[in-house]
Amino acid sequence: MSTIVQRSGIIPEPIARQPWEMLIPLVLLTSFGGLVLYSAGGGAMEPFALSHFIRFGVFAVMTAIIASLPRDAVRVLTYPAYLIVLLLLLAVEIVGQVGGGSQRWLEFGPIRIQPSELMKPAVVLAMARFYETLPAGMIGSWRSVLPAGMLIVLPIGLVLLQPDLGTSVAIAFGGVVVMFLAGLPMWWFLSAMGAGIAALPLVYFFALHDYQRARVTTFLDPESDPLGAGYHIAQSKIAIGSGGIFGKGFNNGTQSHLDYLPEPHTDFVFATMAEEWGLMGGLFVLAMYALILKWGWKVANQSHDRFCSLLAAGATATIFFYIAINLLMVMGMAPAKGIPLPWMSHGGSSMMTNMICIGLLMMVNRWNREAPRRGLTV
Amino acid sequence: MKIPFLQRGPHKPARMISASLLRSSFERRAVLIGAVQGGVGVLLALRLGYLSVAENEKYRTESESNRVNLTLIPPRRGWILDRDGAPLASNRADFRVDLIPERLVDAEGTIDRLGALLSLEPARIADIKDKVSAARGFQPVEVASGLRYEDFAAISVRLPEFPGVVPQRGFSRFYPTASSVGHLIGYVGPASAEEYEKDPNPLLITPGYKIGKDGLEKQFEMNLRGVPGARRVEVTAGGRIVRDLETREDVQGQPVKLTIDGPLQDYAARRIGLESGSVVVMDCRTGDLLCMASMPSFDPNSFSDGIGGVEYAMLRDDERVPLRNKVLKGLYPPGSTVKPMVSMALMQAGIDPEETVSCGGGLRVGNRVFGCWNRRGHGSVNMAKAIYQSCDVYFYAMAQRIGMQPIADMARRCGMGQEFPLPVVSQFFGTVPDPAWKMKKWGREWQTFDTVNATIGQGYMLANPIQLAVMASRIATGHHVMPRLTLDTTPKGFNDIDFPLEQVQYVRQAMSDVVNGPGTAGRARLPIPDVLIAGKTGTAQVVSLSISNGKSGPWKYRDHGLFIFFAPYDKPRYAGAVVIEHGGGSGAAYPIARDVMTYLFDPAKGLEALAALEAGWGGTAQQRLEARYAAYAAERGAGVSRPPRRDEEIFDRVEAEARRAATQTDAIAGEVIAPRPEANPSGTPPGGAAPPAQAPADSPAPAPTATPAPPAETAT
Repeated sequence: MSTIVQRSGIIPEPIARQPWEMLIPLVLLTSFGGLVLYSAGGGAMEPFALSHFIRFGVFAVMTAIIASLPRDAVRVLTYPAYLIVLLLLLAVEIVGQVGGGSQRWLEFGPIRIQPSELMKPAVVLAMARFYETLPAGMIGSWRSVLPAGMLIVLPIGLVLLQPDLGTSVAIAFGGVVVMFLAGLPMWWFLSAMGAGIAALPLVYFFALHDYQRARVTTFLDPESDPLGAGYHIAQSKIAIGSGGIFGKGFNNGTQSHLDYLPEPHTDFVFATMAEEWGLMGGLFVLAMYALILKWGWKVANQSHDRFCSLLAAGATATIFFYIAINLLMVMGMAPAKGIPLPWMSHGGSSMMTNMICIGLLMMVNRWNREAPRRGLTV
Repeated sequence: MKIPFLQRGPHKPARMISASLLRSSFERRAVLIGAVQGGVGVLLALRLGYLSVAENEKYRTESESNRVNLTLIPPRRGWILDRDGAPLASNRADFRVDLIPERLVDAEGTIDRLGALLSLEPARIADIKDKVSAARGFQPVEVASGLRYEDFAAISVRLPEFPGVVPQRGFSRFYPTASSVGHLIGYVGPASAEEYEKDPNPLLITPGYKIGKDGLEKQFEMNLRGVPGARRVEVTAGGRIVRDLETREDVQGQPVKLTIDGPLQDYAARRIGLESGSVVVMDCRTGDLLCMASMPSFDPNSFSDGIGGVEYAMLRDDERVPLRNKVLKGLYPPGSTVKPMVSMALMQAGIDPEETVSCGGGLRVGNRVFGCWNRRGHGSVNMAKAIYQSCDVYFYAMAQRIGMQPIADMARRCGMGQEFPLPVVSQFFGTVPDPAWKMKKWGREWQTFDTVNATIGQGYMLANPIQLAVMASRIATGHHVMPRLTLDTTPKGFNDIDFPLEQVQYVRQAMSDVVNGPGTAGRARLPIPDVLIAGKTGTAQVVSLSISNGKSGPWKYRDHGLFIFFAPYDKPRYAGAVVIEHGGGSGAAYPIARDVMTYLFDPAKGLEALAALEAGWGGTAQQRLEARYAAYAAERGAGVSRPPRRDEEIFDRVEAEARRAATQTDAIAGEVIAPRPEANPSGTPPGGAAPPAQAPADSPAPAPTATPAPPAETAT
């Protein structure tokens, strides 16, 4: 079950044992992202591409550090880490109230931290830790869902106050996937889903802000507002569709270069890419994501204990959520919302979250390698 | 793994949950989620393929239409040229700024800021606001043209702040002789909503494009228009132009070549001076209209920029109606200028020109006495003397002998009451009364005194200046000369002989004597050796004698002064007519004819006379118009009402006024006309400055007739 490269003697063992099946696609994807950002920046490293690469380098170091954390330390630190992030979220809310007006980040000197991003891996960690310690027999009882539910609901509540619907859905998604994999009865999920669908109209009319409602209406009927909210998605589809099979060529995208495409370097970076690289570029990106996610699931399946497998699966699901929502959006199959595309979009927060997830996966992968699976008694 | 709390948990006899069970549940559910993720991945790949392959064509088109902006380049308008190829209307390259009302976000604010940037006058800013609020959204409204490059650049760099503002390089219409050609050429302006509906050509709503609104500009619109060019540019979403992709040049419109003699037109317009009137000059050998001056006029340059409220108010309030083209739309009783024509009718009816009538100062017709203008009488009068002395009694008597019908027929043959095939927007054609006409129009029998009035060009008889000029040329040549205005029409009428040569020569001689002999217009002699001008004076009464004596009093009650002429008298080359509205008599008209003809034969001499006159009047016609505008604007300022929104309203108004003026003399048509003294001995136009160039012109010309002429002062 350990990596095949371990046996080859040519490459030094510390290098050979790295999860290259994930790292190579990851580096390729980030480099490709940098190339697209180079074009989006008007054919220059500044302002997007260079900082993209620098961030990737910085966060790669962070990933390496996370990957080398010892198992016991992580078990001990999980809940405190969750608590700290929760307090940071609260601090955002307080600062926002004092400063008058909503905000989503905290500033520590030159560093700007968006705690809601940190919360995504933190929730997954805390949930995995919770279900590890929950006795198997209690699965299916209220005790299996109520504390875990609190772990999810508290941060979501704070993030919704910001208000940031996209991120709260992402946090919920990670948490619910862990719950699902933890073995909670299937009918709970089915009935929750049914209730959710039934509650949709109520949410739409009472819980959403006007601009969010506009996004939904526009998604359902893009023609209703071709120059307003629907404009973004329409221009994104034009960019992707006009690229054709091989694209218009590097640096030749007109939609992005002439400002028709909104946010060509963040939310709509995939459209910028597809315009210049066409279907081929798009399939390449999809394939890279598939390889990374496949590796994530492999790590989860190879894990020796419940904490590891739930953590790996939750981290993979969090990455997946970003990719899926962003791509569905740029192709006109989901409402426009501010979710960037991992490793391609320009932006530090999402890069950090995804690199933390990768770090957690590599950490689990290392634990798996160091302590090969010993049957079922973990 | 031991699960110590398992036993204490709730008892579920149906199913024992163990770690291994959870592990297998995890693996199964992981496969499920993985499958869902794979499904989403496949869905995304399919969607991507659908967008980029199946819908590629559609989206590529949309991307292109995003990127490429097609703008029409308004074609340069064809020039309007005079007979020698000099431009009467040309184009001047300039920088201009227009507004598209429907693209404005904050109309008031934008106009105010533009006004500040371009330092426009408050009245102009008010005009623009007015036009923007009245215009349909797509109609461009001109802010300014003829801008300096610095102003143009200042607006161009601020474009992102000014949605709906279109600065561009273009051409604006330019009329070098300005008000001298105003009525003849007309002017241009942006198409109105009605015009766009009639001709939904996108060119019409292109900013900066103007169509002909009046006169020849309107008449020859299709020739002058040309073919627009197109410019394809790459633009950003914000509208900034990135680069030019392709440009197709415009094709300039066809020039229109007129028979007009530009310098003569300008000279005549200026020579009219302070009077209100018109001058028409024709070439007798071709029918070419050399001059169709009508003054006072408007400046077509400022009309083409969109007339402002102040300027319009000034033109509208002027009782001399500067908006009316008096050549085509001024109708006047021709007065005694019809006498050569009536003489022709008499000769055709078999009257011997040497037959005399004794003039005792009046003639009883029925129970009324019709006076001759010379109360003391002319004594024994033959046809020639009746013409050069303008004896009314001779014509009263002779006309009664042949009746009205031959005279009316002859009037029509000479051009009166006729509409000429000229490329003009409209022309009034007046009235030649005869018994049938009177019965139809008024339901009354023709009376002898109607004939008597008609023979001296009063009563119901009305003609416009161009008809009078045509009459002069037909009498002078004996041919049925047809006037033409463009060089590409063929001269017509020269195969039709209207009058036998001996009759023509007889009348020529008599008309020469009007000026060069013992006639009524001695002051009309040309200051040029060997060129003798022939003519006939006319003074037309406008209102009843009980209201005004016609020479003084309110301007609008004074008599019209008329003069028809041709020169040289024995081999006619040029013919024409001068009509001065309310000039107080023919004395206001013939000095103008004299100077215009002098200019034709000797421009230097003509200009010398004009320069002296203009010094007294306060500048050229254009200078005086501008000075008047400045004074008017200073006085009325912003307090004037808005100009009509549509050019059509201006025309309708002018048309209505012209028709009302034309019917003015109907009121006195049934009265006994007391003919006014024909000659104006002093030759001084009432109200005008004393013309200094006149005195030497009189005496040197030798009278070609045998009888030595009594001094003109006696006004015989």
